[in-house]
Formats: sequence, structure tokens, C-alpha cells
Amino acid sequence: MFDEKVIQMILEGIRDTLYMTLVSTFFGYVIGLPFGIILNVTKKDGLKPNKIIYSIGDFICNIIRSVPFLILLILLIPFTRLVVGKSYGSTATIVPLVICAAPYIARVVEASLNEVDAGVIEAARAMGASNLQIIFKVMLVEAKVSLLNGVTITTGILLGYSAMSGTVGGGGLGDIAVRYGYYRWQTDIMIVTVVLLIVIFQIIQHLGSFIAARTDHRKR
Amino acid sequence: MSEIEIRELTKKFNVKEHTVTALDHINLSIEKGDIFGIIGMSGAGKSTLVRSINFLETPSEGQVLIDGVDLAGLSEKELRKKRSEIGMIFQGFNLLEQKNVLDNICFPLEIAGVKKKAARERARELLKTVNLEEKEKAYPSQLSGGQKQRVAIARALASDPKILLCDEATSALDPQTTESILQLLKDINEKLNITIVIITHQMSVVTRICKKVAIIENGILVEEGVVDEVFESPKSDAAKELILEKKTQYLPIDNLKEDRNIRIVFQDNSSYEPLVANLILNFNKPVNILKADAKNVGGKARGEMILGLPAGEELQDEMIDWIRQRGLIVTEVKEDV
Ligand SMILES: Nc1ncnc2c1ncn2[C@@H]1O[C@H](COP(=O)(O)OP(=O)(O)OP(=O)(O)O)[C@@H](O)[C@H]1O
Ligand SMILES: [Mg+2]
Repeated sequence: MFDEKVIQMILEGIRDTLYMTLVSTFFGYVIGLPFGIILNVTKKDGLKPNKIIYSIGDFICNIIRSVPFLILLILLIPFTRLVVGKSYGSTATIVPLVICAAPYIARVVEASLNEVDAGVIEAARAMGASNLQIIFKVMLVEAKVSLLNGVTITTGILLGYSAMSGTVGGGGLGDIAVRYGYYRWQTDIMIVTVVLLIVIFQIIQHLGSFIAARTDHRKR
Repeated sequence: MSEIEIRELTKKFNVKEHTVTALDHINLSIEKGDIFGIIGMSGAGKSTLVRSINFLETPSEGQVLIDGVDLAGLSEKELRKKRSEIGMIFQGFNLLEQKNVLDNICFPLEIAGVKKKAARERARELLKTVNLEEKEKAYPSQLSGGQKQRVAIARALASDPKILLCDEATSALDPQTTESILQLLKDINEKLNITIVIITHQMSVVTRICKKVAIIENGILVEEGVVDEVFESPKSDAAKELILEKKTQYLPIDNLKEDRNIRIVFQDNSSYEPLVANLILNFNKPVNILKADAKNVGGKARGEMILGLPAGEELQDEMIDWIRQRGLIVTEVKEDV
């Protein structure tokens, strides 16, 4: 159906899409996980309530999250150039993806940690655990399943956003869909990329749920 | 010096505009090796009191001294060290759901920085103590309530505490399981000489293993003493209510009534005398047994009985006198038992 060049392009698109999605999820967590922990710990009724730190974190989170991704992408062009040296292509897209994902991840992490049973935290405290020990040895361990589910959801969302960045030359499957489907009316290529995106999404979702279920010791 | 010394302990919570006084100038001394019961109705302040003993709750006023050391004077680090010397178990067990039994028991040791291998050895020893050797690989979700509490006890014992605090540790368990957990606590107390503080709303728990008891009501310590004595002749209304384990009003014995119900408490010397049979034979009148209950109080058999006396004020008085002459304590119970 397609010639070799198109197939090659699609394969590269898959690679670029996975690259953008996974790398931005990773760096999103590098920023978002500590950010989320700080939000959870400093909130009212948290492990170490601190109104000032919480308010600042809360504010930053809300600001970034209220800017639509495409606008963020454009707003961040100077910053992206500063970080990776250019403003187009898949590596460049990772920068706005990470900035967009981090506050979202922070909220997901904050909510996951909220689910940890207060009684278990109390028990740890009664054993003489410090706050850091409670965070790393109790909260993150007990919230493991919920955190993993958060990773799955985030990865799925970043997959979608990475495709969206294709409209401004971001690379990957989204880029191909836009270039061929929108500008050249090659509907068949567009359909293939969309199907591929759906398949990748399904794989991420199922793999994520599978891993989360496998590591959960609360039932069975 | 008592092991646990609570002085003028007051705890106030600010909820919105008003203040809740959860504890009101509590004074309490708990000696080394005691099994000390703290009993009260829901909301009386029991949990707040026990959480003050390891400073999970900082007092608004007053002091808590452990082995003569005022907890308020400790640095954050010293306080954590002190807490690790005080074990605690809870109504909801509070085990780490994502860790297996062995790792749960190792947890306090992990926190204290004990090497993994040494911690596991100690944990296995403790599993033997609580009779759960075959469950070391199980996760909490695969255990029954009683088994979970055994794991929690093993975990609390891991760091060799001198004191064990139990907040409603048996309230989520059925009577048989409660019995076995209480027996375990008693063994631990005897073998390891650990001071145990038991918070409960059930008098049966107190009479089963405690030597001493304190009764709190609305944040105030209303009665305190040796379990035997409090059980035989409760003075406060709260104690009376808790001993009958339901709402009951006691009246002075000379309050005249047509049909009278009385509560008799058996002591060591009288337990074996067929009291009711002799009473009936002596007066040749029927007596109604409304409740009869034998309990093990501090290792001695203790019984209580509630009798409905036949009509006739004079006869009733004679019967009460007759019972009293046999060294029994009689109080009148007003209510349908
Ligand atoms: N963190 C808190 N904030 C506000 N009020 C509190 C707090 N903790 C306890 N209280 C109040 O203090 C009082 C005593 O509570 P506590 O939990 O000590 O009672 P309890 O005797 O343990 O009751 P229960 O048998 O139901 O566990 C209650 O009126 C409760 O509402
Ligand atoms: Mg309580």
C-alpha cells in the first residue's frame, strides 16, 4: 500500500512519539514528584503544614495548568531554544511537555499520597519515624499502586499532547498526521497514524494497569 | 518514681471558634510492670490521653514524664528515640498494607537503622512469640483481624519497648479473639516485664487483665484504683455504668421500692457458697436471677449477680441483710436489667 519511504517515515514517527512521551513523562516526574510531595506535606493537615510554601506551590501549579498546552508551547519557544538549542523537532517538544506535565503530575502525586491511611502514618510516628522516613518509607510505599496508576494516566495524556505538538512541527506521529492528512489530504496516512496512536495508547494503558495490579498487595 | 507520670495534663482542641477540652487536669501514675486500664465512654478522651503518653499529642498544659524524663524538654530527635522505646497498637491495626508480615515487623527496626539481616532474625523470633510463624510471607489483607493484631503486637515489640500502649486494641475483634489477644498481652507483661496501658470502653477487658484502672468521663479522671476494688464498689456514676456495661442507675439501698433488683458481687471467700439456693431455702420465697456473670478479675474468680427480690419491703430488707452477713457487697439496681 505504502512505499518504503512512507513506511520508514511512519516507523520513525513511532520512535519519535515514544521518545517524546516517555522522556517527558520521566522528566515530568523528576520535577512533579518532589513538587507533589511538597504540596502534600505542606498542606493543612499535612505532615508538616506550611501555609506559605503550600500557597506558592499551589499558585504555580494552577497558573501553568490554566494555560492551554498549545499556547504554552508557543510561549516557551525562547526558553526551549535556550535549553536545547532549537525550537522544533521532538527533542525541543520535550521541554514544553515537561513544563506542562510537571504541575499536573504534582497534583496527581498529591492526591495519591492523600489516600495513605492516616492510621499507618500515626503508627510510624509512634515508632519514632522522622518525617522524611514517613514520606519515603511509608507514604510512597503505601501509595505505590495509586502512584503507578498516575504514571499510566500521565503517560497517556503526554502521548496525546506530543501528537498535538505535531501541529507546530514537533515531530512524531502527530506531525505526520498533520503534514500528510491536513496539508496534503493523504487521508490513508493520517488514518494509519491515528490507528497507531490508539494502539500505543492501549498498550500504555494496559501495561500500566497490569503492573499496578501485579504490585498491589491489598487484595487477593 | 513511677514509669509513667502524668501531671495536671490538659488538652484543648480549637475547632472553629470554640474550644474542646478533651483532657482536663489529669493526674495519673503508672508503675513499672503494671497492666493499667483506662476506660471511658466514646469521646471521653481516652485516645487523646494515650496519645499524650508518647507525645503524638502535645499537651496544652501539664506534663508527661517517662522514667522521670519530661517529654516536653526533649529535642525532636530525642523525642523520636523515646517514642521508639514505647510500643503502640491500635484498634485498626495500622499495618503497612503493601509490606508482608515479616517486613511489617522489621519496619521499626529499619527506621532505627538496624541491619536487614539482624532485623529479620529478630522479626522471626517475635513471630514465634505471637504464634504466627507460618504467616511471615503473608500480606495483611490475607490475615484475620486477630492475626493482624498479633502482627501489630510483634511489630510493637520489635524495638524492645519498656511500655506498650494499646488504644482499643481488641475493639474490632470477636470475643474469642479478644480473649486470645488479651492472654498474649498478659504473657508479654509477665515474661518481658513490659508496662502495658490499655485503653478500652469495655469493662470486661479491664477485669480480664488489668491490675489497676482509671475511669475518665468528659476528659476528667473520675475514679482510679485497683480493679478489684473499683469493680466491687464503684463510686462514680461512670464506673457504675461501665461495670454493668449499659445505662443503669444505682440507688441508695434504703430507697424503698415494691420490687427491688439488687446487684451482688462475689468475693474469693464467697464464690463457692450456693448463695441463691441458701437464700431461697432460708426465706422460703422465690428469687429471680436476672443476670449472673463470672469474670476473671486479675487472676481471681469474680462474680456478679443481679437478683429480683420478691414483693414486701420488710422481707426484702431481711434478705439484703442476710446476704450482707455473708460478706457480700449489695447495691440496688434501678432499671429493667
Ligand atoms: N484532633 C482533634 N481535633 C478536635 N477535637 C478532637 C481531636 N481529637 C479529639 N478531639 C475531641 O476530643 C474528645 C476526646 O476524643 P478522644 O478521641 O480522645 O475520645 P475517646 O475516648 O478515644 O473516644 P472513642 O472511644 O470514640 O475512641 C472528643 O470530644 C473529640 O471530638
Ligand atoms: Mg479513641
